[in-house]
Parts: sequence; C-alpha cells; structure tokens
Amino acid sequence: MTPPETVPLLALRGFSKSFAGVNALDGVDFTLQSGEIHALLGENGAGKSTLIKTMTGVVARDAGTMQLDGVEIAPRSTGEATKAGIATVYQEVNLAPNLSVAQNLFLGRQPTRFGLVRESEMRRRARTLLAEFDLDIDVAVPLESYSVAIQHIVAIARAVDLSARVLILDEPTASLDAHEVTILFAVMRQLAARGIGIVFVTHFLDQVYAICDRITVLRNGRLAASAATAELPRMELVRMMLGRELREATAARPVSAPRESEPVAVFRGFGKAGYVEPFDLALRAGHVVGLAGLLGSGRTETARLVFGAERADSGSVTARGQQVTLHSPRQAMRLGFGYCPEERKTEGIVAELTVRENIVLALQARRGVLRPLSRREQDEIAGRLIRLLDIRPPDPERPIGLLSGGNQQKALLARWLATKPAILILDEPTRGIDVGAHAEIIQLIRALCAEGMALLVASSELEEIVTYADEIVVLRDRAHVARLEGEAVSVPTILAVIAAEAAKAV
Amino acid sequence: MPRKAVSFVLPRLGMPQIVALIIIFAINSFLSPHFLELRVQDGRLFGSLVDVFNRGAPVALLALGMAPIIAMRGIDLSVGAVMAIAGAIAASLADSHALGFVLVCALGAGLMCGLWNGVLVALLGMQPIVATLILMVAGRGVAQLITEGRIVTFANTDLAWLGSGSLLGLPTPIVLTLAMLVLTLLVVRGSALGLLIEATGGNSRASALAGVGTRVITIAVYAWCGLCAALAGIVAAADIMGADANNAGLWLELDAILAVVIGGTSLLGGRFSLVLAVLGALIIQAMNTGILLSGFPPEMNLIVKAIVVLAVLLAQSPRLAGLGLLLRRRRP
Amino acid sequence: MNRFMPVLATTVVFGVGFAICSLIYPNFASPRVVMNLLTDNAFLGIVAVGMTFVIISGGIDLSVGSVIGFTTVFLALAIERAGMPPLTAFVVVLLLCALFGALMGAAIQYFELPAFIVTLAGMFLARGASFLLSTESIPITAPFYGELAEHALLLPGGFRLTVPAMIMLAVVALCAVLLHFTRFGANVYALGGSRSAAALMGIEVGRTTVLIYTLSSVLAGISGIVFSLYTSSGYSLSAVGVELDAIGAAVIGGTLLSGGHGFIFGTFIGVLIQGLIQTYISFDGMLSSWWAKIATGLLLFCFIALQQLMLLVARRRRPRASGAGAR
Repeated sequence: MTPPETVPLLALRGFSKSFAGVNALDGVDFTLQSGEIHALLGENGAGKSTLIKTMTGVVARDAGTMQLDGVEIAPRSTGEATKAGIATVYQEVNLAPNLSVAQNLFLGRQPTRFGLVRESEMRRRARTLLAEFDLDIDVAVPLESYSVAIQHIVAIARAVDLSARVLILDEPTASLDAHEVTILFAVMRQLAARGIGIVFVTHFLDQVYAICDRITVLRNGRLAASAATAELPRMELVRMMLGRELREATAARPVSAPRESEPVAVFRGFGKAGYVEPFDLALRAGHVVGLAGLLGSGRTETARLVFGAERADSGSVTARGQQVTLHSPRQAMRLGFGYCPEERKTEGIVAELTVRENIVLALQARRGVLRPLSRREQDEIAGRLIRLLDIRPPDPERPIGLLSGGNQQKALLARWLATKPAILILDEPTRGIDVGAHAEIIQLIRALCAEGMALLVASSELEEIVTYADEIVVLRDRAHVARLEGEAVSVPTILAVIAAEAAKAV
Repeated sequence: MPRKAVSFVLPRLGMPQIVALIIIFAINSFLSPHFLELRVQDGRLFGSLVDVFNRGAPVALLALGMAPIIAMRGIDLSVGAVMAIAGAIAASLADSHALGFVLVCALGAGLMCGLWNGVLVALLGMQPIVATLILMVAGRGVAQLITEGRIVTFANTDLAWLGSGSLLGLPTPIVLTLAMLVLTLLVVRGSALGLLIEATGGNSRASALAGVGTRVITIAVYAWCGLCAALAGIVAAADIMGADANNAGLWLELDAILAVVIGGTSLLGGRFSLVLAVLGALIIQAMNTGILLSGFPPEMNLIVKAIVVLAVLLAQSPRLAGLGLLLRRRRP
Repeated sequence: MNRFMPVLATTVVFGVGFAICSLIYPNFASPRVVMNLLTDNAFLGIVAVGMTFVIISGGIDLSVGSVIGFTTVFLALAIERAGMPPLTAFVVVLLLCALFGALMGAAIQYFELPAFIVTLAGMFLARGASFLLSTESIPITAPFYGELAEHALLLPGGFRLTVPAMIMLAVVALCAVLLHFTRFGANVYALGGSRSAAALMGIEVGRTTVLIYTLSSVLAGISGIVFSLYTSSGYSLSAVGVELDAIGAAVIGGTLLSGGHGFIFGTFIGVLIQGLIQTYISFDGMLSSWWAKIATGLLLFCFIALQQLMLLVARRRRPRASGAGAR
C-alpha cells in the first residue's frame, strides 16, 4: 500500500449537510489513497448516499473541503466531478440500455469523420477497452441484452476511460450472483493495481473482507470508524454499524411469558429464487417476531414475501389452519394481513389525499367498490384512530403529505388497524421519525401484541427490537440464518450471529 | 344523508373556474348586451346563455368520462371516434326501430369500445395513449362502415328530441348532461370508486400495497368513459338529425381533455372533480361564443384554446410549482 | 437480432401485401403504380420521418398535421398575394417552422410538461393561425410550381420519379444517416432509453430535445411544401389528422411508442404499407375508403401487441439471459 506520508488521492474534511434541519452528514472526514479499495458502510440513513452525492456535486454541501491529489476541488455537478476525475457507477446502471455497448462506452465522444460516427473504429476501440477488463463480448448489440454484471463492467470501463482517478461503486453487487461478483472483483483489483482509488459501497460483509483494504463506517451522519480491514474484526464492525453503545439493553426487556398459542399463519419453505432463500416462519397471536440483519440482508424482502407484495416461487402458507395461496397484497389483506412498508413516501402514503382518506383506504379496498363506507363511518373510524394514536394535528381533513414523518407513520398504522388485522407486518416502523413518536410507536407495538395481534417487525434498531420481540429471526445474505428465542434475544447474540462468517466465502 | 349530498356537489376548489366563467360571461354580455337575456317561448327557455350550456353539452358529457381516467394517470384519445360510432348506430337504426332499442345499441357499442380500451390498458399493460390511439384511428373507419360512408339522416322525432327538444323548459341536452353528472357523481362518489381512483392516481404503488385492485377499477373507468362518449355521440347526432362519420366528434377528445384540465385535474393524476370538469366544458363553450360575439373570426377559437391550454399547464407545471413552494418556504 | 424483428416483420408484410395485390390485379406491379405509391405518400413519408425522431426520443408530436396545413396556406398567400418568389417563401416558412418547433421543445424541456399536451397546444395554434390567414383554398398558379409539379426524372424501365418522391427519398436517406450514424442520432436514442441516464452521461438533454422538435417541425414544413406542390394549392384544412397517420407509420415500422427503439427504414416501409392499402382500395373500386382506417387500426393493434409481447419476453429473459461472455 501507499505509505501514509504521501498526499492522499482524495481527502474530505469536515463534510456536513443538513436537509430541512436534520443533519444527514455531520463533520465527516474521508481519506482515499491511490490504489486503495475502500469500503463505505452504514445502514439506511447513515449518510452514505449523502456523502457520495456531496462528493460528486449532486447536492451542495453545507461545509467541508475536498482535495484531489492535494488540489482543492468543488464540483457542482456530476459532469464537473467526472471532469475532475471522480466517477460514480450506481446499482441501477446509468447507461442507455437500448444503445449498443460501443455507443454507451463512447456516447458524446464517438470518433467521427465529416460528422459521421466511425462505427467500425468505435467498435474496435470498444473491444480494446473492454479487453483490458477481460471482457470479450459483441459490442454492437444493445447493452440491455447483457447481464447486469456486464452492464456494470461497461459502466466502469466508461468511467475509467473518462480518466477517472476515483471510482465510486454504489452497491454494484446487490443484484449479482456469486460468479458475477468474482468477475467484478477481478476488475476492481486490476483497477486498484493501476492506481485508481475505489470507494466501494456494499452491505455484504463477506465482500468487504474479501476485497477491501480499508473500511469507513458512518452512523447517523457521523463518522463511526475508519480503519484498515485487518484491524477491524467483524464483530466490532457490525457493532459499529448497528449498535449504539453495547450496553445491556436487555434490561428494558419485559419478560413475556411464552404463550404456546396456535399459530395464525405458518410459512414452510417459503422463498423466491434470487430474492430470499426458502424459510420457515410461524406467526402467533400476541407474539412479536423480529427480523434483524444488515441492510440488504433480506429483512424487507421477507416482509414483502409474507405480504404477497412479491410473489414467492416456493413453499406453502397455512393461515388459520388452512392451506392458502398468497400471490398479491389483496389476498394477504383478505386473510387479515397488514403491511406498513419501509418506503413511507413512495409506497405508504398517498400524499395529496387527506388523513381520513388514507386511514380508510385499506378497509375500503377490502370491502370493495360497491360497499362504500359512508362519510359518517369514515369520520368515526378516522377520528377514533387519530385519538387512539394521537396523530397530530388531529385534523382528519388535512392532506397527509403535510404531516411530519412520525404522524404519517401513525396514520399508516391506523390504516391497517382500521382493518382489524390478525397479523401486522411492520418494516422499519421507527425510521426517520422524531424521538417522541419513536417511543409511542414502540408502546403501540407492545399494546397491539398484548391485545393478541401477531406482529412481524423488521428493524435495524437492535436495541429497540430486543425490547419488544419474543423471537428474532436473524438474516444474512438473503437467508434466515438463526432463530433466537427467550434469553437469546439480546443485542450481543444478534450481533454475533450477523458477524459470523458465512458458510460460503466469496 | 342530506349533509352527504351537499358535500358531493360542492366543488373542493372551484373558485378559479367559477371566477373565470363569470368573467367570460361578463365579457360576453359586454360584447353583446343581450347575452344574459333569457326569455320563455312555448314553455321553453331561450337565450345565448342557454345556448352556451346546450352547445357545451357534448364536451361536458365527454369530460365526465374523461375526468376519472385522467385522475388515474390515463387518457382516452378515442372518445371522438366512439361518438362517431354511437351516432352512426343511432342514426342508422332510428327509422326502423324503437327508441329504446336504438339507445341500447348505441350505448352498448360505446360501452364495448370503453371495455376494449380498458382491457388493453389494464390487462395488456399498454400505455393509455397508445391503447386508445388504436381505437381513435380504427373507430372512425368503423363508424363510416356503419354509415357506408354517407351522411345518414333520420326522421325519428323521438330521437331528435334528445338533441333539439326540451324538457322542463330546458333543452334536452342540458337536462341529459345534468342527469349524467348526477348519475356519475352517484356512481363515483356514492360508491368507493372515487376514493380508490384518487388513491391509485395519487400513488399507485401505495394503493396496490393497501390492497386496492387497480385492474378492475381501470377497466370500469374506461368503460364508463365509453358510455359517456356514446351518449355524447347520440346527442350530437340527434341535434343534426343525422350522422356524419367523418366529422362527428372530430377534435372533441382534445376539448374534453382541455375541459378536465381546466377543471383542475392534473394530467399527473390524483384529485379530480366532475363538477369542475363540466364547468371546464362550459368555460370552453363560453369562450367560443364570446369569440363569435366579438366579431373575431371563429378561427380565433383554436388559438385562444391553445393559449388557455398553455396557461393552465404552466400553472400546473412541476417546475413552477416547485418555484412556488420555494418562495413559500423562504417567507416564514 | 431481436431489435430488427419488427422492421423485418413490417417488410415481410409489405412484400406479401404487394405480392397479393399483384396476383389479384395483373397491372398492379407496374412502374406507374410503384411510382405513384411514392409520390402520393411523399408528404406523409417526410413527416413520419420527423415523427420517428420524436418518438424514439420518448416524445410525441401532435402538431405536424397543422404545421403542414399552415405551410400550404402561408405559401399560397406569400406566393400568390404577396408575390414572393417560391424559393424565398420556402426558406421563410421553414424558418417559421423551425422557430415553432424549437419553442415547443423548449416548453417540454424547461417547464417539464408532457410532450403530447404541449404539441396539442401547438396543433391548435398552427391550425388556428392558418385559419386566420385564410379559410379558403387558394390555388397556386406560379409557373415555377407548375414546372416543379410536372418535372420528373425518367428512370430506365419506365419509372417516373416525381419531385415530391425525390424529396421524400432524399429526406429518408439523409435522416437515416442523421439518426443512425451521427452523435446527435445516438443522443436521440439515449434520451429514449433513459432521460436521467443520458443526463448523467453528460448529454445536453435540453439542447437535444429542442433540436428534435425543431427537426420534426421543419420536416413538417418540408412536407407542407411537398403537399402544396402535389395539390398546387394552399388550404387551411389540408392534412387534418396526418399526425395520426405519421404515428401509425412509425409504429407499424417498428418504432416503440415508449421510446428508444426504431429505424427510419421501418417508418418508410410503414408509410408504404399505408399507401399500399389505399392503392388496393382504389384498385378494387368496390371497397370504400373507410376500410383503410380499419385496416390501419388493425395493423396498429397487431404491431403494438407484438411490441408488448416482445417487451414481456425480454423482461422475463433478461435476469439470466447472457451472463456468459466474460473470459
């Protein structure tokens, strides 16, 4: 590795950015050496994407300096960042899928003669360029006819050819299989050997340890740690990503007597290829099952499968003692399921409708078009739930988009409570909401559980989840790897399971 | 119950449209002092104002069908062609069959057209503009097939009454439009359709996750639009006591879209108001009348319409809206 | 070879259709019929080429029919009433069209409005403007027009290549080069593939959009010139509904209405198919003109359904389609 005395390739100092008063990034330092593969880790909302966006000029930073090779730079757009030598390749490959590979590589700078693109020359150059990446493909066919892995390599090749010195790879491996990951890693190693600095954003720890020289962890917009990979054991890393302080949070845990009630729903061998590996899961009345794991481990995916929002391709479901099909949210809802998704804005609320309309939506959908809730019934339901959940302001006729995040979340809970569900699935119910609402929602989860509802809660807040879960399913790399019950439900145990080496190393 | 009925009909945010209509009426009566005069003759109301409502009826009927579609982020380009088909059917059957049978056939054809569009959009997943383009092109051919390319005239006075007769002292088209408005309100707001349409148009992913079955609703909405278009076609044919497959309903799909947009429904879906859509149709017709009264050539109509479209769109433009939000946020 | 499928299908449909017509009517496959096919559809061909650019970029242009109408009226008035030399009038009208298209493109780009509604307003504006100029059909009697209309290249085999046909073929050839072999053409495809990605790849999205609509309007203007040559008159109601025929030709020619895919050649064949249907109907004598609309509608449906099917198949196959290829 490059000795630390030399000028680093890229040095960020004191990067800060706040959105609407919330600190997304708070005085973060980041140093990248030439030829280094540097993992940037953190849960959702930790500030990874904000850091990348401020680095590449997509959003303007509030404070901080950035030096590339010791020279101050301040790109104001991705174009300027690229010109300066910082290129980004996103998980969703940002190329034109309908254009040929060669066109994509050289778009905007195709070799021309008399204004005409020299197609054969361009293809020749494209082949030469890709050969450096050990890729031998037909460059004349559309990009979309190739796998995501190859599309990524093409995007990387384009970025590198545009004289990138710093390459940011934003979750490139999320949609790749093991073989494709090895191909990508070979490319990354080769680029590092050429002196390019690579920022690698991922949530697969095995991959971090397989390829990265250095790790930087962000949490809640702050720098949690930055260390050489060898000096940062797995357990320590996971703790830094998920744990606040490793105190005995279990003290707050109420001892709920394990009730051996009949399961409301049982999933056997339930899964979807490339999404979540088949799992067994039983949901019982008055019982909270927590889903814990790192971002991308399959928490959200499990929740979506269980609600039928994603169609499982294996396994069976038994609900109330009967074998049932679960192919759509509609079917799940008829079986008494409810689901509050993680993406509140895009998948939860209908922003321009009122709080009342948002609350009655699911109930109305279940009753069907021909059995409308009268306005009086709607007012009654909305009013009751607004009071019960203390939604503020308590105005049912206000568009829900104008409410704070916490109150939107409560309204979404109200939407499902109105249907009197037997099973409620909550994905990150406390994300992005203020501390007060936080506590209220946790209280509510406990109350619902006490009333005999079955809950499935996915959360990255381990301290929180251990206080209300009766059982915790730990996920890693899109598989359910452990089930913890009783005394085993504690933050240290969960961390240990997450950090354990995966059976199949990449 | 009476409270509910009131909340139906009262437009949510109707002020700009009402003010616009009043201003246009004021200008019109300035141009022609007799504009607002009403007189009763043979038990029927006459006057320029009545004419505005009467002539605006077909577009208002189309707008009633179009508004829910646009609220679901769709569009129906085929309504003009469906009008032609329904008019052609009504005119060719009018002299040989009973009125009831004629109406059932014409309306049924409209319903089938709407169902066809709905199936293409909801089940085959075509973009609405593409799916309805097919019927827009082929539909006029079908209408000509029915009339065999001629202008079919009829003498059935019962059918003609629908276009030029009067009921309760008002021209029949006005009564029909009002009846259709009430019926549509009952169907859309009396059932849960309105809420589910607005939820789907506002956020289709969230609605699907809340268990809203969008397919059936989509098909129903397009079918209803076909029905409305057929009724508009019957009224138009009855008015001239004949069907001209080439020109019936020509360009009216555009007027209908314009009426809905003037009525405050965003082309990006979401909230819609049937009353305001009808009001939008009236605004368009009042402008037409105003241009006639002002002595400008009637050809000015298109230019005025274009300017109105652009003005309304600019007011709705995300960019301008973003600017407005920014200004509002800066202030406090 | 997937992406050539629609064009291939269209070409086969045209070939089979032409063969069937020739079998039914012995004198169908004659130089005169073939050349008339080109001449009669020249204006449609030119405007459909412009439409192809717009659709590939992910937009739509509903104003082209009105622009043709405006052009014919403007030319008639400028030449007959104002005494402008025809060539000068051509230049002036094309400049007006370019400005008009640029304004529409700018509105779409900078106000983030849907293309179809902006060009709809454009359609009203252009048609209204031509109505204001004149509502009557004005014959163009300038000798230059007569000469141009009469002029034709005699090719071996008895083929008479008229001026409209020549202009159309030139437009098709030039625009095919522009779309398929220049940076601008690649940008048009990139815009249709993914607007945001195109912007991230450093393409000037705004400039390209404005240029695309400018091109479409200019081609509509040229089409209007050809139309006025063809009819020797200017009429504000001419070319009503041509925008639909143009969209139809592009779609039948394999252009995806969702953008990103299509070929100029396909559009050309699409125009010829529409012409073939018309010619067949005129040969038959019994059939009426409305069958043309129904047939076009049916073809549209078949090709759109085919596209939809191919999209579906592609989506199913993509995830694990071709992971191979890396050494």
